[in-house]
Amino acid sequence: MKKLMLGNEAFARGLYEAGCEFVSSYPGTPSTEVTEFAAKYDEMYAEWAPNEKVAMEAALGASIAGKRSFCGMKHVGLNVAADPLYTAGYTGVNGGMVICVADDPGLHSSQNEQDSRHHAIASKVLMVEPSDSQECKDFTKMAYELSEKFDSPVIVRLSTRIAHSQSAVELCDRVVPEAKPYVKNPAKFVMMPGNAKRRHPIVEQKLRDAAEYAETSPLNKVEYNDTSIGIITAGNCYLYAKEALGDKASYLKLGMVNPLPINIIKDFAAKCDKVYVIEELDDIIEAHCKKNGINVIGKELFGWEFEISQAIVREKILGIKPDTMTFGENVPVRPPVMCAGCPHRGLFYCLSQLGVYVSGDIGCYTLGAAAPLSAMDTTICMGASISALHGYNKALGAEAEHKSVAVIGDSTFMHSGMTSLVNVAYNASNTTTIILDNSITGMTGHQQNPTTGKNLKGDPAAAVNLEELCHAIGIKSVRVTDPYDMASTKKVIEEELAKDEPSVIISRRPCALLKYVKHNPPLHVDANKCVGCKQCLKIGCPAISMKDRPEGDTKKGRLSVINHTQCVGCGICKEMCKPGAIVD
Amino acid sequence: METKSIMIVGVGGQGTLLASRILGSVFLSQGYDVKLSEVHGMSQRGGSVVTYVKYGEKVYSPVVELGEADVIISFEQLEAARWLPYLKKGGKLVTSDQTLDPMPVITGAAEYPEDIIGKIAAMGVEVTAVDALGLAEQAGTAKAANVVLMGVVSKKLPFDESVWQTALEQCVPEKFLELNKKAFALGREAV
Repeated sequence: MKKLMLGNEAFARGLYEAGCEFVSSYPGTPSTEVTEFAAKYDEMYAEWAPNEKVAMEAALGASIAGKRSFCGMKHVGLNVAADPLYTAGYTGVNGGMVICVADDPGLHSSQNEQDSRHHAIASKVLMVEPSDSQECKDFTKMAYELSEKFDSPVIVRLSTRIAHSQSAVELCDRVVPEAKPYVKNPAKFVMMPGNAKRRHPIVEQKLRDAAEYAETSPLNKVEYNDTSIGIITAGNCYLYAKEALGDKASYLKLGMVNPLPINIIKDFAAKCDKVYVIEELDDIIEAHCKKNGINVIGKELFGWEFEISQAIVREKILGIKPDTMTFGENVPVRPPVMCAGCPHRGLFYCLSQLGVYVSGDIGCYTLGAAAPLSAMDTTICMGASISALHGYNKALGAEAEHKSVAVIGDSTFMHSGMTSLVNVAYNASNTTTIILDNSITGMTGHQQNPTTGKNLKGDPAAAVNLEELCHAIGIKSVRVTDPYDMASTKKVIEEELAKDEPSVIISRRPCALLKYVKHNPPLHVDANKCVGCKQCLKIGCPAISMKDRPEGDTKKGRLSVINHTQCVGCGICKEMCKPGAIVD
Repeated sequence: METKSIMIVGVGGQGTLLASRILGSVFLSQGYDVKLSEVHGMSQRGGSVVTYVKYGEKVYSPVVELGEADVIISFEQLEAARWLPYLKKGGKLVTSDQTLDPMPVITGAAEYPEDIIGKIAAMGVEVTAVDALGLAEQAGTAKAANVVLMGVVSKKLPFDESVWQTALEQCVPEKFLELNKKAFALGREAV
């Protein structure tokens, strides 16, 4: 029986069927659901780690113990986990170890468009790349076999389109391989220079062996049709090529993307008249071909940025442009916004009023950068808000210190903000840090984290006490404020900015979308009192807009209207309304 | 059979995901190869979102491109206008008549176009517009607007109503099933 499954769900099914017993990850779109689905299988231990480095080290530890292990992350998460990855490339594994990394071509929800294949090459580990949900499951199982065969972690590379597409999957039973006993082996697992030096030639031999395997691996498939056009591709690009060109082209679909084979590529290219490499992001396959003297057309035609699609393939290779119509009028953009009732809104309105420099971070609150709040100066990577503000303040001194804040979410603070705050305290940085504690990891879709008191499976867990943690780090001034109360929040920020010492403000209010958060009834606008001053629009609430007054209403100006299906009665707009027109 | 493409467009948080799953379930039950492509996480909350549903003998690409959609199902008028270039010539548009001001309109930086449905119909597109939100509230909750639209779409596609009912049972949690069946029925009656 075939079941429609998300790529990420099929990946989790692959972990289950392969007998994986240990899962540790940090959420990151588009990789998050692999771990969420894995957690639904009671047979596998599964956890959220505070960050990707911790997750990967934990997975390596479970592998050393002899069990099949897994860690999952998005592309930028692999940067955080790069340190253990590069050493795991040297140590190899005991039980099989599989890593999911989900790239995000087109930047649907990321701060850059990096190509994770570079990490696989540089860390000298194997990488496979599925192109639909069935392959997500099958390749994951294969990855465990390869991991144990070649004594290497194996990365399964996804893209947003694979991770977040559903297609049919044939299910199999779970088979747990016999555990491999742990045998003390410092020469393999203690990576001090002497041992690592002896490991390096072994690692190089592993890559040569894996490249030889790639020549005959069932992961790589050749399909001959019309040979006037030859397509070398992998992952979702195979789907685009196949849809655009059908039988008009022949295909070499590479399922193993590190190391790449060479003979099957040479053989394929020799049989086709004109050979194209279709790959998103960087020119990994193309460069490999060219380095080996194979004449291919790639980036010069398809470019380096964003996603490829069947339309792009059709246009670039066949010269067929899409036949389309347009609305013919300007269609205003609709960027994502903070939800109605979002606790971040009140805080960011205070920051916009204060006109301070805001060092931002990664989370829902990055939306504070958008109009009308426009209260953000920088967003770099997880945890950078605090460390980058420290540098900014040290560089500019007193003129900046009293007019700048760092904003960081609870989960991001646990991920990598803590060490930045240690730096602030340790180096006596007169820096004000605001932790936006909404009691959940919001942007990736509500995951628990070490501050929430629950673990991945939803069971009670130890909860980090942020106030005590900040005190223990060495921050003397730690204040808590409710961002729904904008007047006192603004006062707290002003007071902390005035101090000549590092301080932390915890802006605490649970995400309005959490199931346990009780909403107030929607608010209404009293048409007789509304003067159309638009003050309520300055908080950027999607539930509030201006409409023409109904016929018969002779009052001047337009009328503010609150959408009752969206409003959760947070009351922030009430604080904005001087005439008192917004009522329960 | 040539692959058919459907796009579900709307505003993040409107329930486009459930709609795509109901469609996927219908097509799979009829023996087709199916692919859905979704938008996940809160990162698109309140933003313009699109979900693709494709079915046929063998579906390759999970995405729908310019001029390829046989049907566009829109949860909001402005989104219908935004994604119109993806509709195939001769394709059908099913839309809720709901309007939601995007932030640039709220802040006064842009104007919400007037009479979007009329203008699209004037271009020769087969448009079916319903008060999905009103019908959903009639069924019990505004959140069921997605299933009202499924009721409308069920009249535009060549499958028995029973197939849709089974899909609803598969995709909707038990405790919301009655309500959603009512929403679905109201959608069917609206056409």
